[in-house]
Amino acid sequence: MSMSDRSHIVEQSVGLRFYLRLEHGFDAFFGAELNPWRHLGALGFLLFWIISVSGFYIYAVLDTSVEGVYQSIAWLSREQWYLGGVLRSLHRYAADAFVVVTVLHLLREFLLGRFTGFRRFSWLTGVPLIWLIYISGIVGFWLKWDQLAQFSAVATAEWFDALPIFATPLTRNFLSAAAVSDRLFSLFVFVHIGVPLLLIFGLWFHIQRISRAEVLPKRALSLGTLAMLMVLSLAQPVTSQQPADLSLVPSQLGFDWFYLFLHPLMYVTSAGMLWALIVALTLFLFILPLLPHGRASAIARVHPDNCNGCRRCFDDCPYAAITMVPHTNGRPGMQLAEVLPDLCASCGICAGSCPSATPFRSGPELVTGIDMPQMPVSILREDLEERLEKLSGEQKIVVFGCDQGARVADLEERDVASLSLICIGMLPPSFIEYALRGGAAGVLVSGCRGCVYRLGNLWTEERLTGAREPHLRATVDRTRLTIAWADRGEEQALAATLTEFKKTLANTPAHHQIAPPKRMTAHV
Amino acid sequence: MSKDLSGSKALSWVGQGLLYALFALFIGYFSTSPPYRHLAADQALIKLSFSLHGKLVSECRQRSPEELAKLPPNMRAPMDCKRERSSVTVEIDLDGAPVFRHVSIPSGLSKDGASTVYQRFPVVAGEHRVVVRLKDDQRAAGFNYSREATVTLLPGKILVIDFNLEKGGITLI
Repeated sequence: MSMSDRSHIVEQSVGLRFYLRLEHGFDAFFGAELNPWRHLGALGFLLFWIISVSGFYIYAVLDTSVEGVYQSIAWLSREQWYLGGVLRSLHRYAADAFVVVTVLHLLREFLLGRFTGFRRFSWLTGVPLIWLIYISGIVGFWLKWDQLAQFSAVATAEWFDALPIFATPLTRNFLSAAAVSDRLFSLFVFVHIGVPLLLIFGLWFHIQRISRAEVLPKRALSLGTLAMLMVLSLAQPVTSQQPADLSLVPSQLGFDWFYLFLHPLMYVTSAGMLWALIVALTLFLFILPLLPHGRASAIARVHPDNCNGCRRCFDDCPYAAITMVPHTNGRPGMQLAEVLPDLCASCGICAGSCPSATPFRSGPELVTGIDMPQMPVSILREDLEERLEKLSGEQKIVVFGCDQGARVADLEERDVASLSLICIGMLPPSFIEYALRGGAAGVLVSGCRGCVYRLGNLWTEERLTGAREPHLRATVDRTRLTIAWADRGEEQALAATLTEFKKTLANTPAHHQIAPPKRMTAHV
Repeated sequence: MSKDLSGSKALSWVGQGLLYALFALFIGYFSTSPPYRHLAADQALIKLSFSLHGKLVSECRQRSPEELAKLPPNMRAPMDCKRERSSVTVEIDLDGAPVFRHVSIPSGLSKDGASTVYQRFPVVAGEHRVVVRLKDDQRAAGFNYSREATVTLLPGKILVIDFNLEKGGITLI
């Protein structure tokens, strides 16, 4: 087996290429770490909390009687614009933004093909959340009982009446002012609070199979988002429209298209057509992960004889696919890693975390505690040795990349060797030292900007800076190592970084020659 | 040691501010705009809605003493009434022209529930002659309820045609 045998290199669709261009455009301003496109799920959580906190205050002043409900909401904006009015606006704009980031989150995961295999659970548990978000939001509009609320409530009732499930049409609840009672608004409040509680439960499910789930964006992104919503709330405060009057059809309405777009869609088609569309779309989203999606990659394999139960793979796995069980050797208290097949992403990050995955180990065969069958660490070592041997020139460079990011094979020259891993998080740091001691003048480590496997580049940086085990030894000359995150399609930018790195190395005094590894003595 | 291939830091603050502002504009605009008008400015709306139980399809029948004796003591009701109710038929003429006819079947497996209708008719605002006929007894020959009225509907006005036995049958609100 060699590294070129692997067939899971990511191919990009037109839609994905377009999306990645957009995402990279944002990188230019936000940087990869704060790029909102890479934190849409976390932004959704943030917006949910903003909606919840502002909602608590609004609920405290809400009068749920027919006469009082409009006045109590309007009072917030009129008499208490500096607090209640701002919170009301925040509540609304955050709810609108919640819809936007949820839809974008869905589209992004779809384009990236993240709905099958180990991600199936997260996808399937995410689909009902769309409905819970929509129901929570639209009922909120009805609670202010202005003309927009009236129109939306009647339109929704007409939509539901198309289903043959109600003995009495829901629309009869809105035929005249006399038909509307205080109890109706108590029901709205119950739904507007109860459904978000279900949503919390659903969100908890949604992230169950993700370790270290990002439930809040990074501080700068959170503050930026909050500040943006505050400015919008002050610049364009949300106000109520004319009070509801069931004897009149609301005339021209200031319309919230994020939530209420279904109503015009129903009136230009029909209630039945809208149901058909919605049901078909929902079914499609549910069925999508169940369709055949090609061959699944081999999952990580544990070699008990080489696993000492150190728990590093358990800690580093981005999908909680590793659990610790009593070791098969029977020693009291000793543990053994066990891979949960359904959860394993086949990313190899566990192999990169294994202390036994060091190329300096002697012995005829390099067997690690946990490894990837399609790309064992032993093959990686052999490949590195072979490529180093073939390099010529004064400044030999080894580039480690990943299959998801920029194609490092494009960088190969007579003095540059490339090795593409499944994920850069699969690289044991000791391989860098091994390459340098094997004759490389420098090592370039690359991977996708926002790791496809969530934590690969983060763990790599921490391991190389000594903040995480297994770490790159302090004796390794850091001037001979550079890291550059680059996505697929950014090969030219990565090549420019490599050229710059070569220049730096050319101006760097020759490094102290440490004896090459025993295995490589014959090569250098 | 780490290099992000994203753009220089010099413009990042300006760029971020601009992108946040664009997002705020997007949210702010589509939260109220473009405005939506459900009906044209010169239109009004007529809503037909009722929920009523049609008459029983057959008269109740007095049980004979023999029939009662065969029944368990707790079920010896003197009258035998079938549960099924009549369908409700409704017709509307507007300005002399028929615009709607519907037969509403009673709800329930035994067809003993209410018959319901909900229908909306956008009309040009102004004066209209409305004729409503309703039949809730299949044993009757014709329509047993009828209402005629000339109504003047202002733009945006909703006229509700309902049925309320206590108010004499067909009502126009």
